[in-house]
Amino acid sequence: WRKGFQLPASRHGQICAPFSCAVLPDSVDRNSEAFARNSAAAESLLSELRSHVQKVLDGGGSEAVRRNRSRNKLLPRERIDRVIDHGSSFLELSQLAGYDLYEEPLPSGGIITGIGPVHGRLCMFVANDPTVKGGTYYPITVKKHLRAQEIAAESKLPCIYLVDSGGANLPRQADVFPDRDNFGRIFYNQAKMSAEGIPQIALVLGSCTAGGAYIPAMADESVIVKGNGTIFLAGPPLVKAATGEEVSAEDLGGASMHCKISGVSDHFAHDELHGLSIGRNILKNLHMAGRGINASPYVSSEYKEPLYEGGELRSIAPTDQKQPFDVRSIIARIVDGSEFDEFKKLYGTTLVTGFAKIYGQSVGIIGNNGILFTESALKGSHFIELCAQRNIPLIFLQNITGFMVGSKSEASGIAKAGAKMVMAVSCSKVPKITIIVGGSFGAGNYGMCGRAFSPDFLFLWPTAKISVMGGAQAAGVLAQIERSNKKKNGIKWSEEEEEKFKAGVVKEYEREASPYYSTSRLWDDGIIDPAHTRMVLGLCLSASVNHAPRTTKFGVFRM
Amino acid sequence: RRRRPVSPEEKGGRTIEKILVANRGEIACRIIRTARRLGIRTVAVFSDADRGALHVDSADEAVRIGPPPARSSYLNASAIIDAALRTGAQAIHPGYGFLSESADFAQLCEAKELNFIGPPASAIREMGDKSASKRIMGAAGVPLVPGYHGDQQDINFLKSEAEKIGYPILIKPTHGGGGKGMRIVQSPDDFVDSLLSAQREAAASFGISTILIEKYITQPRHVEVQVFGDKHGNVIHLYERDCSVQRRHQKIIEEAPAPNIFNEFRHHLGAAAVTAAKAVGYYNAGTVEFIMDTLSSQFYFMEMNTRLQVEHPVTEMIVGQDLVEWQIRVANGETLPLTQADVPLKGHAFEARIYAENVPRGFLPATGSLHYYHPVSVSPTVRVETGVKERDTVSMHYDPMIAKLVVWGEDRQAALVKLKDCLINFQVAGLPTNIDFLYKLANHWAFEKGLVETHFIEHFKGDLFIDSGSDKAAEEHVSAKHGAAFVAACICEKDNHSNKEKFSDADKLLSLWYANPPFRMHHSAKRLIELEWDNELDGKSPELLKLVVTCISKGRYSIEIEGGDSTTLEIEVTHLGECKFILEADGLSTHVTLAQYFKDNCQHIHIWHGQHHHHYREPVTLDWSNADETTYKPSFKMASHPKGSVLSPMAGLVVKVLLENGAKVEGGQPVLVLEAMKMEHVVKSPYTGYIEGLHVTSGQQVFDTSVLFVVKVCFSFKIF
Repeated sequence: WRKGFQLPASRHGQICAPFSCAVLPDSVDRNSEAFARNSAAAESLLSELRSHVQKVLDGGGSEAVRRNRSRNKLLPRERIDRVIDHGSSFLELSQLAGYDLYEEPLPSGGIITGIGPVHGRLCMFVANDPTVKGGTYYPITVKKHLRAQEIAAESKLPCIYLVDSGGANLPRQADVFPDRDNFGRIFYNQAKMSAEGIPQIALVLGSCTAGGAYIPAMADESVIVKGNGTIFLAGPPLVKAATGEEVSAEDLGGASMHCKISGVSDHFAHDELHGLSIGRNILKNLHMAGRGINASPYVSSEYKEPLYEGGELRSIAPTDQKQPFDVRSIIARIVDGSEFDEFKKLYGTTLVTGFAKIYGQSVGIIGNNGILFTESALKGSHFIELCAQRNIPLIFLQNITGFMVGSKSEASGIAKAGAKMVMAVSCSKVPKITIIVGGSFGAGNYGMCGRAFSPDFLFLWPTAKISVMGGAQAAGVLAQIERSNKKKNGIKWSEEEEEKFKAGVVKEYEREASPYYSTSRLWDDGIIDPAHTRMVLGLCLSASVNHAPRTTKFGVFRM
Repeated sequence: RRRRPVSPEEKGGRTIEKILVANRGEIACRIIRTARRLGIRTVAVFSDADRGALHVDSADEAVRIGPPPARSSYLNASAIIDAALRTGAQAIHPGYGFLSESADFAQLCEAKELNFIGPPASAIREMGDKSASKRIMGAAGVPLVPGYHGDQQDINFLKSEAEKIGYPILIKPTHGGGGKGMRIVQSPDDFVDSLLSAQREAAASFGISTILIEKYITQPRHVEVQVFGDKHGNVIHLYERDCSVQRRHQKIIEEAPAPNIFNEFRHHLGAAAVTAAKAVGYYNAGTVEFIMDTLSSQFYFMEMNTRLQVEHPVTEMIVGQDLVEWQIRVANGETLPLTQADVPLKGHAFEARIYAENVPRGFLPATGSLHYYHPVSVSPTVRVETGVKERDTVSMHYDPMIAKLVVWGEDRQAALVKLKDCLINFQVAGLPTNIDFLYKLANHWAFEKGLVETHFIEHFKGDLFIDSGSDKAAEEHVSAKHGAAFVAACICEKDNHSNKEKFSDADKLLSLWYANPPFRMHHSAKRLIELEWDNELDGKSPELLKLVVTCISKGRYSIEIEGGDSTTLEIEVTHLGECKFILEADGLSTHVTLAQYFKDNCQHIHIWHGQHHHHYREPVTLDWSNADETTYKPSFKMASHPKGSVLSPMAGLVVKVLLENGAKVEGGQPVLVLEAMKMEHVVKSPYTGYIEGLHVTSGQQVFDTSVLFVVKVCFSFKIF
């Protein structure tokens, strides 16, 4: 029997009696120096983040935006706002893709992607930003487009393509055109998803040139806007060069031509707003009975908010990786009623595992509370098997410096234990969502469902750091190698030179471990405000439980 | 079994047990209500346009009497008599209008042994002929306005008579009423034109074109006395009503007793009215109308209305009697329930007539559907006499009156306070009404002082209508912007509620997507709401208001109103359900009602907040589920007609086309004549040019705002 015990009344004055052990205590010391320091650090990280976001929200600059407006065109986020249900949420993905990636700025990677509801049905939006390099596809644009399609395919979300793009970015064609995960993959995905019964809808709101023409052509249903929308394999200048034929863009591939003659498009829209509203209507008429209808009948209708302020999450994750903190203080702020039923609480204590609910949806949570030991890895594998068995979505809260090293650890078979966890993570067919709240180093990133393990969603806190190991450790290792190389060649290496060398390595690691470096390259789905973690998890869960349960089949576990 | 014919004497003794109400709208409902209270069964009649109307639903039985035009239904005497005989009604109440003042109909009733609830046919006939009635009144010693009431209709003769009386003079048809065919002539130059048009209108409306001329009193008041007589020769009066406030010669606000009148004068007036009634052997309800010269305090007999008047409730309120009950009792042969000395006079009452009409377009009648209809709640001191319900149509076939609002107070001031409050809370949406105008009228300082006269509206039009550029217009503009911000907040809150409701049952997690405020990654969701504002008293082209709404927290919105002096309002919304909200802005909490309906590809939105009422249109709606896509009109721009287009000011019948295509016109020159509600309206050219695109012909029905013709401006080029 669990013995009920009385907790002090929470700060909100609610007394939730009778308490069960499941309720996490309020363990945060709000008067501590660390709390104040973290708060201040988090505030500056967030304001930096917001200022980056503010810049990308403006798209390709005021002149391009003005030109776009003069054609009666909205910005991509405004377009999405008008397609999703009035006043509903939109989970935008990888807002800062392409940040500091190329010589020229490429706000949001030139494409806006995300999930929002249309007539109560969650859809994946892929919207070109014509104000950014004419909506052309850079390598990162392609990657972001493909990632959106990957999520849609996984979660069976209808795709709405708001097309307004000049096609592949010609100067970078070699990095965009030929490879497996390049431009062509977009159409391959459209075909495969359509075959699976995942609706593919294209709204042609601007140009759709060359390869881009295949987006509406491959769509199940498409809309084209009079005047602004054009679809052709080659634009008027190329046609003139190729065949000498002189033809206007509207006659070559305008709305009237495609709706009346070619049949490339199905719906004629008088203007952009009309086009967007036709898009809404198409979604209204989808009938996906038996395919996409929510397969999570066990969601409770009532849920309690966490007992503790979600905003305090900003002050909990330390910016200094060496500062330890209890991951339960995060869990207490994201789960319903701060209730968390721990599994194997006393075993392998550096990994916290347990069951909870988020907005009524059952989840299994795996969070780091220090270095992974053999026991922690075994416990993690066991817990993942449990969740896969019971079809419970998994949430990984990553703050991991890695697996324990050293002779004792190796002798305990830590490689074997880590492999078990990687096997369990890779094969379990339940929705998985990873939040990197602090460090994400080495094989810890793998065992805790890093990007390579295809979690349904992966988000970073601004405090996240991702690399194969810490900068200082790497500098130490590299310095040792360098020193022995120099010694071999009889070169003297002064203390100062070594320090300089180390500092250089640390600096480079710091840069590459930054959440902006990660998010710019799409190693994640975006950086979130820690205070929004519960909401983002809820929205992601809602999207990823959108399909029937899948059966898990594990590979061979090395015993 | 054949029944033995009953002699009139015997029938007189038969008590009425079932009444056929030969009318429609509010008066039919009003009569049915009293009848029901007395345990008398009722029969309604209806035209095809009124199937399912309120008066039909209220009656015990109902009989269809013909197609929509009044001529074939409510004026079809034989159909009505047949209906009465078929249903076994013993009596017919004619209400007002239609057949109420038809002596022939009263006689026909008598012939069919039906009790006509009204005066004797002879009195109707004598008072119906205005010239004859004046002769009778003159002989009885009732004061008359100087004028010519003879049979001579020769233009030159009438013109010389006019000169004898002295301009300005008034031309009036001898038959009919309601201001139809009346013309004021300021100088001899206009006499002939006015005379001819008055005759034409009279002929069209009443079938008789004889007219009379009278001295025109420049500052007159319209004061009338309610009289009542029984079949035993008793006649009493129930004090007077002031019906001076009129537009288009029709009353819109009436009150009883008349303000600023001494008791002695009141008794003179009453006595004159009783004399008038007695002179024609009158019984049942009647009204003797007097014109009172505010300058000389003289009063003259105008005419007698031999029926229950529209405005009878104000008299009922101050004497505490039910005049319809009196009518039935008198028809039953009973004596009057009160003697003159016993008639009480308590407090003051107002009646405001709520019409479907276009105030800025010269009070032209409007038609349309009552998409939203919430009159004020009734009490012993507040009456709403209405014949319509929500979703009913005000058609072009009948009078566009929607309701009568009647209030009573201990004194005039108290009643006026109540009147204003009720007008603020009288909510109608779907068609233009005069409610806001009535409110302005009731608030005017001169009206508050009781300085009423028949030219009141003309006289104070500067105060009652909004001039663009004036302080009032600027004030009105600010209030419209606030209203728009309120609308935006209410719409957002309502959408949020309805979305949540719609989806939370199906999927609990899904309802998370409809959190308030909606989630955005590191920024706030903004919603642009565009509203076109129609200033109802101004009549200018609509203004587009752009509002950017941001949800700050649950139910709390920040609303930025774009444009010149961009302002931001923070509004907290509590949705009370349906269309009711409480809004708090700037520390001020207000009850708000919102009515929305879809019409002409636009979402129409009405808002009542505080003492304001605003009407907006949302030109673009994202959801086309209600709309027919083939009728799509380009958004971004407002629908417009080619320059120089002249639109029909109202729905009506083209009675005369004066010019043809290609004809040159001067600005202000009449081009065609429309008729609606039996009232003629001349459509003039807005400026000099050539007529084009004139396709309507005489006898054709046209609709509100349909293009009648285009005036093409001609440019003249200077040749050097």
